[in-house]
Amino acid sequence: MSFINYSSREINCKLVYYGPGLCGKTTNLQYIYNKTKPDAKGKMISLATETERTLFFDFLPLSLGEIRGFKTRFHLYTVPGQVFYDASRKLILKGVDGVCFVADSQMERMEANIESLENLRDNLTEQGYDLDKLPYVVQYNKRDLPSVVPVEELSEVLNSTRVPEFEGVATTGVGVFDTLKALAKQVLTELRKGG
Amino acid sequence: MLTPLLVMYEDEVRRIQSVADRLQQDSRSRAVLVVDKNGQLIAASGSAAELDTTSLSSLVAGNVAATGGIAKLMEEDEFTGQFHEGKDASVHISLIGRRVILVALFDKNTTLGLVKLRVKKANVELEAILEDVAKKAETPQQNVFAEITDADIDNLFND
Ligand SMILES: Nc1nc2c(ncn2[C@@H]2O[C@H](COP(=O)(O)OP(=O)(O)O)[C@@H](O)[C@H]2O)c(=O)[nH]1
Ligand SMILES: [Mg+2]
Repeated sequence: MSFINYSSREINCKLVYYGPGLCGKTTNLQYIYNKTKPDAKGKMISLATETERTLFFDFLPLSLGEIRGFKTRFHLYTVPGQVFYDASRKLILKGVDGVCFVADSQMERMEANIESLENLRDNLTEQGYDLDKLPYVVQYNKRDLPSVVPVEELSEVLNSTRVPEFEGVATTGVGVFDTLKALAKQVLTELRKGG
Repeated sequence: MLTPLLVMYEDEVRRIQSVADRLQQDSRSRAVLVVDKNGQLIAASGSAAELDTTSLSSLVAGNVAATGGIAKLMEEDEFTGQFHEGKDASVHISLIGRRVILVALFDKNTTLGLVKLRVKKANVELEAILEDVAKKAETPQQNVFAEITDADIDNLFND
C-alpha cells in the first residue's frame, strides 16, 4: 500500500523479506545497510532475541532518489521465520507493496522452504492479497554452502509462477542488490498502473 | 472501506499539521507525531527534529499492530489508547479512525491528564480530516506516476 504524500512530494513503499528461519533475511538487510551511503538510509532497527533471532521484525528505511520530482522511499522489513511467530508475520504483511521470498538453498531446508512459501500465500490471502498479483521476487540464498540444491530444482519447486529469481550469498552480498532492484522496479511499475 | 493506495494531498497534510501543532502546544508535549497505520510519518510537531521520526513511526506502528492483534485474540474491538511511562519521558499513543496513529511524547512539563484531554479534542478534528481524505480518494485524481518510463525507473539504480 504505497503512500504518496503530495505535500512533502514523497512516495513510500513497503517491501517484505519472507522465508524460513535462518535463511538469511536479516543478513540481506544488513548487507544493504552496510553498502548504502549514509544520506540514503535511516537507522536499521532489529527487534531480536538475545541470540539475535528476529523476534518481531527488522526495519530499514532507504531512499533511492527522485522520480518525476518525488522522493522514492522504500521501507524494508523482514519477518521472524520460526513457525510459532505466525501472528507477528501476519501483522508485518499488512500494507505490503512487494515481497521477496528468501529460500535457503541447503538440501536439509527444502521442507522448511516449502512450508514457509505456503505460509506466505496463506497469510497474504487472509489479508486480502494475492501473491500472483503482487510485485514478487525469489532469492536462492546460501549458494556458497556445499550441500545446496541445484537452482533448476529450487525453481521448479519454489517458483512455479516464474517470477524473477536470483542466486544469493547474503553474507558477501552476492545477488543482494539485484534482488532488491528487481523488486523495487516491479513496485514502481505497479504504481504507474495506478496502484 | 480503506482505499488500496493511500494518498495525502497538501490541503489535508496542512490541516493535519495544524492539529498536531496545536495539540503539541496545548498539551505542553515535547513532540507530537501523526503516523499512518503502516508506519509512514504524516506530520510531526515540536522537538521532532531531534528525534529519529522514521524509526519511531515504524516502531509505533508495529506496537499498535501488535496491540491490535492482542485485542483481536481477546475479542475486544480495538484498544484505542496506550501509555508508556518512563523516568523522564512518557508517550501516549492513540489510534484514530482505525487508520492513523497519534503519538504524544511528553515529560514533567505536563500531566497525562492534560495530554489525554487535548488528545481527545485533536482526535475529533483529525477524524473529520480523515473523512475528507477518504472522500478525495474516492474521486479519481490524476496519477502523476502514470507517465513514468522504464528509463525513469532504471535511472534510480544507476550508481
Ligand atoms: N554460508 C552462508 N551463511 C549465510 C548466508 N546468509 C546468511 N547466512 C548465515 O545464516 C545465519 C542466519 O541468517 P539470518 O540473516 O539471521 O537469517 P534470518 O532468520 O532469515 O533472518 C547467520 O549466521 C548468517 O550469517 C549465506 O549466503 N551463506
Ligand atoms: Mg532474521
